[in-house]
Amino acid sequence: MTEFGVDVSAEDIIDTLGFFDDWEDRYKYIIDLGKELPALPESARTEQNLVRGCQSQVWLDSSLKQGKMYFGADSDAFIVKGLLAIVLAAYNGKTPTEVNAFDIDAYFNDLSLLSHLSSTRGNGLKSMVERIQAEATEAL
Amino acid sequence: MNHFDVGELRSQFPILQQRVNGQPLVYLDNAATTQKPDSVIDAIANYYRNDNANVHRGAHALSDRATEVFESARQKVAEFISASSKDEVLWTRGTTESINLVASSWGGQNLSAGDRILVSAMEHHANIVPWQMVAEKHGARVEPIPVDADGSINMAAFVSLLDERVKMVAVGHVSNALGSINPVSEIISLAHGVGARVLIDAAQSIAHWPVNVAELNCDFYAFSAHKMFGPTGMGVLYGKRECLESMPPYQGGGEMIETVSFAGTTFNKLPYKFEAGTPNIAGAVGLAAAVEFLQGIDRTAADQHETQLLARAEQELDALGGYQIVGKASQRVAVLSFIGDFAHPQDIGMILDKQGVAVRTGNHCAQPIMDQFGIPGTVRASFSLYNTVEDVDRLIAGLAKAKMFLA
Ligand SMILES: Cc1ncc(COP(=O)(O)O)c(C=O)c1O
Repeated sequence: MTEFGVDVSAEDIIDTLGFFDDWEDRYKYIIDLGKELPALPESARTEQNLVRGCQSQVWLDSSLKQGKMYFGADSDAFIVKGLLAIVLAAYNGKTPTEVNAFDIDAYFNDLSLLSHLSSTRGNGLKSMVERIQAEATEAL
Repeated sequence: MNHFDVGELRSQFPILQQRVNGQPLVYLDNAATTQKPDSVIDAIANYYRNDNANVHRGAHALSDRATEVFESARQKVAEFISASSKDEVLWTRGTTESINLVASSWGGQNLSAGDRILVSAMEHHANIVPWQMVAEKHGARVEPIPVDADGSINMAAFVSLLDERVKMVAVGHVSNALGSINPVSEIISLAHGVGARVLIDAAQSIAHWPVNVAELNCDFYAFSAHKMFGPTGMGVLYGKRECLESMPPYQGGGEMIETVSFAGTTFNKLPYKFEAGTPNIAGAVGLAAAVEFLQGIDRTAADQHETQLLARAEQELDALGGYQIVGKASQRVAVLSFIGDFAHPQDIGMILDKQGVAVRTGNHCAQPIMDQFGIPGTVRASFSLYNTVEDVDRLIAGLAKAKMFLA
């Protein structure tokens, strides 16, 4: 298992995804990232942690340790779970100020995955990012 | 003479000529919305180019012309569904608004505490929620008609649910989630037997075969233009004259009134009583063009063509393995709803999209039946008359790749 944001950073993901030029390799990599993302324990899959998407469900668990934010996330769909790993690589271990300063749209644009982030109801990814940002604001 | 040539038909749909993600588009999301032929697109554009004005205001030539095309569209739709008069054809925004109109206007007038409304367990949310809203207001109850594991209505259970407290039976002609064709004629006569009114949600059937509402003897019949090659934002509510006459208006405003004063207002006659405000004139024009499009093709041949596509898709999906079809009612339109035993429907849909194949994934706004089946949703490939054998083969190739990827 991999700790995203610690073992794998946003830069690592940008580098690796940029290296592939066909969609199949890119999606295989995204699915693999999802497999590396530790599953959330049943106890964290609570109603409160549930971020509803129209199609698949996403759970987000967050904590604050020594001023830094840590997130765990899970989904019942493989590709969405891979996308969650990509989001966590950007946010984990950052201070609330750093979380809020991070340009997630630019990051997903660099990865050519912006359409996944902007589909408002499709996959719960956007709602999850909004929840992370709200929690960061609260923790400021 | 009407004829059916899929290649020639397809060439009338400009949107289908494009590439998506580097591949020629395979559009298999027709149950969500169908694409539009040139004739519909041109009719709408020409209306705005040449005839646009507000309707029923008289006073100038353009307005007369707009009124003429608007009302002849209504006549065309009345003939298309075999309504006895164009006064029984109301314009709405779509199926959803048609059902809300009946629930609110008819329901508000006819429902009281203890009354029951029956809807099938596989209805679209649009044919559940409006009933729940009006039922709650009046102390009535909405109850599901059980659906069997194969996706067909359990008629014995339906019969046993019927009693004189049932005031409305609202069922889909075709299930959008599973494709099942429901025995609506039988349902209508059984419901009438206990004095209930019947609303048929025809959103998914209208594009598939000719309908005769007089013969069906339903009280209300609702559909959307956009699922029958017409524009979005346009729909129809057919209602029997006797029902519509006695129902109160749905919304207030211009067009729907006869006289207005602070002492009291009198309402316009049918159908205008239910059409407050400036209507979707271009929508009516586009819908009329869609009706003409359908009247110009051999619909029996089109239906056979779709049935063949479904049979081929089912056979090839079976041969592929790892996928299970959800909903195997003996009577179905060309909708293939299925799940993979190795991944979430959304994963499968995303991999198909990457290959230029457009399908819908999710619960298809029919959450109760998905809950009954214990699945989060399905992948749904829905075929239309412009789909081809190559489209089926691209779908299956796409699914083979999805399996390789995700399994
Ligand atoms: C069976 C059924 N009923 C109702 C609707 C709602 O139609 P609209 O969104 O056009 O109002 C749909 C559309 O998906 C449907 O499939």
